[in-house]
Amino acid sequence: MSAIAFADPTFESQAAFRRIMRAMSAPGTIVDCGEALAPPPPLARAAAAALLTLADFETPLWIAPSFPVEVGDYLAFHSGAPRAAAPDKAAFALVDLAADGLDLARFTWGTAEYPDRSTTIVVQASSLAAGRRLRLSGPGIKDEAEFAVSLLPADFQVHWSANRAAFPRGVDLILVADARLVALPRSTAIIEGAD
Amino acid sequence: MSADDAAFRPQPETPEVAARRRAMALLARARREELAEPIAKRWPDHRARDLKPIESGLVMLRGRIGGDGAPFNLGEATVTRAVVELPTGERGFAHILGRDAPTARLAAIADALWRREAGDVETVILAPIAERLAAEAAKTRAETAATRVDFFTLVRGEDAA
Repeated sequence: MSAIAFADPTFESQAAFRRIMRAMSAPGTIVDCGEALAPPPPLARAAAAALLTLADFETPLWIAPSFPVEVGDYLAFHSGAPRAAAPDKAAFALVDLAADGLDLARFTWGTAEYPDRSTTIVVQASSLAAGRRLRLSGPGIKDEAEFAVSLLPADFQVHWSANRAAFPRGVDLILVADARLVALPRSTAIIEGAD
Repeated sequence: MSADDAAFRPQPETPEVAARRRAMALLARARREELAEPIAKRWPDHRARDLKPIESGLVMLRGRIGGDGAPFNLGEATVTRAVVELPTGERGFAHILGRDAPTARLAAIADALWRREAGDVETVILAPIAERLAAEAAKTRAETAATRVDFFTLVRGEDAA
């Protein structure tokens, strides 16, 4: 039996979009997203909500091979997004932190002329409460913000600094755990990460 | 960055594709009773469920003058889409002109049933629809033919000289 997505696609995707925009405009803020969805495991509800809302027939989607076929079928069927042949051809990507790690250099960072043609990576973590704490600063953050991600690679902060230095090029991250979501856009700097 | 071209390439025209295309085209033109009655009689327990909510929307119609001119946007048409799945796993899709959601759903169910029992659906549902459409087309042709005027040009004076 195939899984069903939004019961009311128009209004539910608008509601999810509003929350994703809130997360993007205030990095480090954890929002609830996709509570009503029941995507095929191991796809997190917030990851499903983000991709069903943002991806469509014009945005190639790359899904890390650690996800089973049903996840790809579910997202393709309900969003209509074509599968990207390689991560650096993708407008959106879905990776699992525990199974795939996180290598920002694999994805496209856009060009100086078109920095918007970069990959937005939906990163699935097991928890946004426990794990490495990141202190953030940058646009959308008054003074400092802080959140935690489990199983973040040890050298993530180095790679994120490189991503930050390439501005306006660079990737944006949407980190999810179950039905919670937090965004890390390329304009945000990590001032400190501590386990 | 452009989407993978393969995703947008039309299906190659195999006999299976042609047969499905014909079935879906007939279902798209079906009246509600032409679907509801045979489905209720022959498949009362189909237990199809909606995979996506039935939605109405607009599609851009494109035309070519004379069938081979440059394509242009003719205008938008309202269509209703339904996607269902049978308990046995077959998926049925239907796009019909207009906003009649129940008919779109029935057409999608008939499409799913066609994928499972093509022969039965052909005789019970599709054949009567094809027959009606052929009769309507023949009637239109006959009515048009009755109004046909044949012009005869007489030899004009200046040409005869």
